[in-house]
This record gives sequence, C-alpha cells and structure tokens, in this order.
Amino acid sequence: MVTYVFLVAAGLAVVFSLVAIVHRSPIVNVLSLVLVFFALAAIFAIAGMDFLAAIQLIVYSGAILVLFLFVIMLLNIGWAERLGSGRPLQAFLGLVAATGLGAAVILAATRVVPDLGTVLPGAEKGTVFPIGRALLGSHLFAFEFISVLLVAAIVGAVYLARRDD
Amino acid sequence: MWADALVIGIKLAVGIAVLMTMVPIMVWVERRGSALIQDRLGPNRVGPMGLLQPVVDAVKLITKENLVPVGVNRFLYLLAPTVALLVAVSTFIAIPFGKGDGLSLFGYLVKGLIVAPDLNIGILYVLAIASLGVYSTVLAGWASNNKYSLLGGIRASAQTISYELAMTISVVGVLMTSSSLRLDDVVAHQEGAWLWVIPRWNVFPQLIGAITFMVAAFAETNRLPFDLPEAEAELVAGYHTEYSSMKFAAFFMSEYVHMTVSAALVTVLFFGGWELPYVGVIGSGWTAAMCSLAVFAFKVALILWFFVWVRWTLPRFRFDQLMAIGWKAMVPLSVLNFILVGVLIASGMI
Repeated sequence: MVTYVFLVAAGLAVVFSLVAIVHRSPIVNVLSLVLVFFALAAIFAIAGMDFLAAIQLIVYSGAILVLFLFVIMLLNIGWAERLGSGRPLQAFLGLVAATGLGAAVILAATRVVPDLGTVLPGAEKGTVFPIGRALLGSHLFAFEFISVLLVAAIVGAVYLARRDD
Repeated sequence: MWADALVIGIKLAVGIAVLMTMVPIMVWVERRGSALIQDRLGPNRVGPMGLLQPVVDAVKLITKENLVPVGVNRFLYLLAPTVALLVAVSTFIAIPFGKGDGLSLFGYLVKGLIVAPDLNIGILYVLAIASLGVYSTVLAGWASNNKYSLLGGIRASAQTISYELAMTISVVGVLMTSSSLRLDDVVAHQEGAWLWVIPRWNVFPQLIGAITFMVAAFAETNRLPFDLPEAEAELVAGYHTEYSSMKFAAFFMSEYVHMTVSAALVTVLFFGGWELPYVGVIGSGWTAAMCSLAVFAFKVALILWFFVWVRWTLPRFRFDQLMAIGWKAMVPLSVLNFILVGVLIASGMI
C-alpha cells in the first residue's frame, strides 16, 4: 500500500517536473512546480516526516512559488522564447553535465538507501521533537549562523532597494 | 480498520455539512447585523426575520447564467474557484472542536471523531493548507484576462504574504507555552484559572499576540478593513469580477468558510477552545463531548460576530497603509509578543 502511494507520488513528481521545464507558459511552469512540491510533501508524509511535509508546503508552495507567480504576473510574461540552437557546443556540454550529475545522484541514492522498503514505512514518528532538538542542540551554531546570513541578505536587499534621497 | 474508515467518513461529512451550513447562517447574520449597525431593517421579507433570505439567494445564484468570458485561460479560470473552496474546507479537518477522549460506539473505542487523529504537526497542517489559498485569488485574477481582476489578484498575493508572517510569529508564542504543535494539547494547556479568577487562556498573557493574530486573520480572509483585493470602488469586484453564478458563489462561500476556520483557530489558540471557564469539562464520554462542542460553538459564534461587527464599523484602508501596517506594525508587534512570552516562560510565570 505504502509502496504504491510512494510510486504514484514519485511518478507525479517526475512528470510535473518535466512539465515545469518543458512547457512554454511561465504560469504553467510555476503551477506544475507547485504540484511537484505537493508530491514531494506526500513522499515526506508517507515516510513519517509530517513536519518536513508541512514545512515543504508552507515554505515552497505557500511563500516562494507565490512570489514567483507574483513576479511573472507583474512582468506579464506571456510565452517564453524557445531557445534556439545558436550554441550547439554549450548545449552538448550542458547535456553531458546534466547526465553525469543525474547518474551520480542515482548512484549515491542506491548506495546510501539500499532498500526502499526498510526506509519508507514510518521511519521516525513525531519528527518535530528530533528536528527541534537537533536544531537547538547539536546544530545550534550552524542554525544561528544561517540566521546571521539571512539577516545580512535582508540588509543587502534593503540597501539595494532604497531610494536615493 | 472499517470502523476507523467509517469514523473518518462521518467526520468529513459532518465537517463539510457544518461548514456549508455556516455559510448561509453567516450571510444572514452579516446582512441583519449590518442593518442593525447602520440602523436599517435589512432583509425581512422572506421567512420570519428574513431567515429564508439565504435560501432564496442560493437559488438565484444557482439559476444564473453560467458565463465564461472570451479570452480567458479556460482551465485556470475554472480551476481557481475549485481551489478556493477545496483549500477553505480542508483546513477545518485538523481543528479539534470538542473533547473526544474515551468515546465508544457499540463497544468500539472511537478515535478522532472530534479531535483530529494523531496529527502531531497540528497547527502546521492548518497553516500549510491555508497558505495555498492565495493561489485561487492569484489564478482567478490572472486567468480572467481583465486588468481589474489582475490588480486584485496581485494585491491579494502581496497582502497574504505580508500578513502570513505576523500570523505565524504570533502562533509561535502560543506553541511555546504549550510546548506542543498539537491543537488538543494547546487547549488542554489552557485549563484552570490563575488565582481562581482569571482563566488560563492564552489571550491574557499574550494579548499582543492575540491582537496581531486577529488582525492577520482579517487580512488573510480578505475581510474589511483589509478587503483591498476586491475594493469595489476602484477594482469593480477585484479578482472575481469576471465570475458569475456558482463560480462566484464558490469564492463567496470560501470567504465565509475561511472566516469560520479563522474564528475556530482564534478560539483554540487564545480563548481556551472547548474549556468552560471555572467549570472545566462537564461529565465524561459523550456528555463531555457534546457539552464541549456546545461551548466551542458558542465561542466561535461570538468571534464570528466580532468579524461582522468590525466589518461594518471600520472603513477600508489604502493599499500603502495596509502594507505599512503589515510590515511596520504587525510584524514587530508579533516579535515583541514572542520575546515577552520567552521572558515569561524563562521567569517561570506561565
């Protein structure tokens, strides 16, 4: 049962990420990306990571992709230009790099996660507590350091957006 | 297994029925309430005190011409009202609206009939689903191929993103005191009273958080004084300008369902949920479940009346004022609440 749900969610994720890349309307791209994140949240949820599933929806679907949609509508981009074959060498190199990266990811995944069955069904229940303990315990420095980085980014954005008075 | 499936089915059916019944009731309350506030009579022709007016309205909306304008993106145009209603209804599932421990039906222990079953992320589920509601307004605005709709949709997305932040931060204070994300734990933590006088509701130590949460809830539900996405004086009707008949009704219903869910959340987070002050829970088993349900419904009704009261009392803000309030008042105030709660917890006062 869990395996079938996983397969459906993973299949949807693959299909809609292809749509997100290939379709020429930016709005459809963003919407299919929303569905990809939904499928990923479903995978997190059946793996017992409810917290990650909820955060996935809140952060990506609820905030970041809405901003994407917002920008696309403000700029009123109708249809994306099909990229011509003006740079065949670059296209070839890009394809090689993408294939290599994909192969590396698949290899790493099969080495690290040898058997889906042992990992999927309810790996760790109630993951809010372990994640909270890790963030504010053993990984406190990294956690705080990232927030310093984010504050620096916000200050930078405010500096760039300020009016010249 | 089958009993669990039956319980889930019953809960879904009852939840949707309750929400869908709340819509005509709230429409009636809103129209009669606005009349009361503005010293008019309001609808009083159909049925006693105009109580059947919403039925007539529904018949009117159903029998109206179902129009799809030329030049719209048909798929997204029809998707938007669907998403609006779907999101509004599915947030309600995770809200506990009564005490549901130890209920048994024909000797079988029923779990999750009133409290959402074993959802350890509780409030995060509600926030996650509610944050998707903005897609309906944005898509409706864009797919309608109308500049007023588009402006309404863009306003809606900016407004929702801005106020979501204040809303989430004010929720954090509540979660810190109850140290759990489960909404039934949040309610259980608010039992009893301080010095036998003040109920241990979160609204008393966290008044600022309660205020920012309520204001953000007004903004998230696009209610006056924050209904800029559909400001009729400047944008015709905003994102739903091009929608007619039941497609318009879907947006209309989703607004009232959102309102009900927000009122239920305010009750659970800040006003002690189903807890009757000084009395606690009456009886046990089904008695407790029904009494707590009644208390919860009463509190939600009061807060819903507050929503109506505010709508017909305050004028609409300008859009720059809305943004200024969101970023320069609500976010700092909710952070202040967050810090105050931290200090109170550290000093052992709550």
